[in-house]
Amino acid sequence: MTEKRKISLTVNGESREVDVEPRWLLSDVLRHELGLTGTHVGCEHGVCGCCTVLIDGAPARSCLALAVTIDGSEITTVEGIAEEDGRLHPLQESFQKHHGLQCGFCTPGFLMTAMPFWADAEDMTDDELRKEISGQLCRCTGYSGILASIRGAAAIARERQGER
Amino acid sequence: MKPPRFEYHRPSTRDEVTSLLAEHGDEAKILAGGQSLVPMLNFRLAHPGHLIDINHLEGESTEPEMNDRWVTFDPLVRHVGAERSAIVEEELPLLFEALRYVAHPAIRTRGTIVGSVAHSDPAAEIPAVLTALGGEMVARSARGQRTLHSDDCFVGPLVNGLEQDEWMEVVRFPRRGPGDGFAFEEFSRRSGDYALCGVAAVARPTPGGMSVSLAYLGVGVTPQSVEVSARPMAEYQHPSFLGELEHLVAAELKPYSDIHATGAYKLFLAVRLGTKAARRAVAMGVPG
Ligand SMILES: Cc1cc2nc3c(=O)[nH]c(=O)nc-3n(C[C@H](O)[C@H](O)[C@H](O)COP(=O)(O)OP(=O)(O)OC[C@H]3O[C@@H](n4cnc5c(N)ncnc54)[C@H](O)[C@@H]3O)c2cc1C
Ligand code: FES
Ligand code: FES
Repeated sequence: MTEKRKISLTVNGESREVDVEPRWLLSDVLRHELGLTGTHVGCEHGVCGCCTVLIDGAPARSCLALAVTIDGSEITTVEGIAEEDGRLHPLQESFQKHHGLQCGFCTPGFLMTAMPFWADAEDMTDDELRKEISGQLCRCTGYSGILASIRGAAAIARERQGER
Repeated sequence: MKPPRFEYHRPSTRDEVTSLLAEHGDEAKILAGGQSLVPMLNFRLAHPGHLIDINHLEGESTEPEMNDRWVTFDPLVRHVGAERSAIVEEELPLLFEALRYVAHPAIRTRGTIVGSVAHSDPAAEIPAVLTALGGEMVARSARGQRTLHSDDCFVGPLVNGLEQDEWMEVVRFPRRGPGDGFAFEEFSRRSGDYALCGVAAVARPTPGGMSVSLAYLGVGVTPQSVEVSARPMAEYQHPSFLGELEHLVAAELKPYSDIHATGAYKLFLAVRLGTKAARRAVAMGVPG
């Protein structure tokens, strides 16, 4: 009745085939089957946002997606955002620079949530930014450092462009 | 926690969905965006024997469509598809405004409009919008199709008007009429949380003035309608309107107390939010 099914996913640019029970959550498949433990699990009901990954380019909760149902999709996790030479993504470097994390448990979720809009964040008001990250909980930072980090990423990306 | 075991089905046509439900209806659940169903599976509040995953239906549209009367949403139109639709922005300003209050961006990338109606949560925004506008849903089963008016879509908390062998093929909202005005207001403790109380307002021109239909969320077991009879525009803006609405609301709504707020506080919110929404909707409309 709960026979496993083979699904194929593209995870951080690599094709992966996985045998999954239909009831398995994407978060567990990433962590336990594929060894990608950068995706954190806090609440398993969609509220904390730690498990956010990109599904076909858009941020979504991996704890609310059955892995079978996203068969064929492209997934990006926090392990997939650094540059090819191993250098941190500008957004990651900005979190380091602006103290956007303390314990770091929530950080992968914030990074993946900010992926679609960090490049425009300099021009966004605090209210607009807060609305975008309203689905992410952080118990440490008080959020100011996180706002500064998201806003600071574009400057880091520009600096890097200059170096090239 | 983790979902319980179930048998998984992945139909590729609507007919297959219908026949799977004819066979397993009493113990089957449809999986759409999963943003309400998967939490219920994780909490073991839902134990479906069969899960019918409609995400792989072929040839389904992911954007709303429009005909001469309606804006229609097929089962795989996600919240994000509605938010970004020019049709919704122009023809359904009320839904457009309300969508901002539905959960968070990362939930709206997967959640569907039809799923939000099917879920029939009395604290949810989209059922209240459907009620205020007098929308419809189309139910499909092996026995055929039938249309349910919004008043019959919502039966109780998380109970919709579908029979066990039926599923929801379409939800449709009437396009805006000439002179209509709209507003949505809600109060919640944190951005994206379910509201303590919210209200959708539709103002319609009448000879010499406007009438307003309000549909409340969070204050009953289903969306709750309150009708404000036709009157001149100026009466809405007059300070005495708040007192009048207080009478109407007190007669119609019996909000329950819960862990977040007392019934009396929700009633207080309903009067203030209703007044604000009615005034804003009327100001946007053009009197008859
Ligand atoms: C953290 C969080 C916050 C949220 N906040 C809000 C909020 O503020 N306001 C709000 O309105 N919602 C909120 N939601 C719920 C969200 O909007 C859901 O997406 C929505 O309620 C259900 O849509 P879905 O497509 O995900 O449905 P699913 O979760 O897939 O299904 C929900 C129910 O509807 C049934 N169903 C789905 N499609 C059909 C169909 N075509 N025919 C018959 N039955 C069907 C399913 O069987 C199930 O019983 C929140 C969710 C989360 C996780
Ligand atoms: S673990 Fe997915 S949102 Fe909390
Ligand atoms: S840094 Fe600790 S929870 Fe955010």
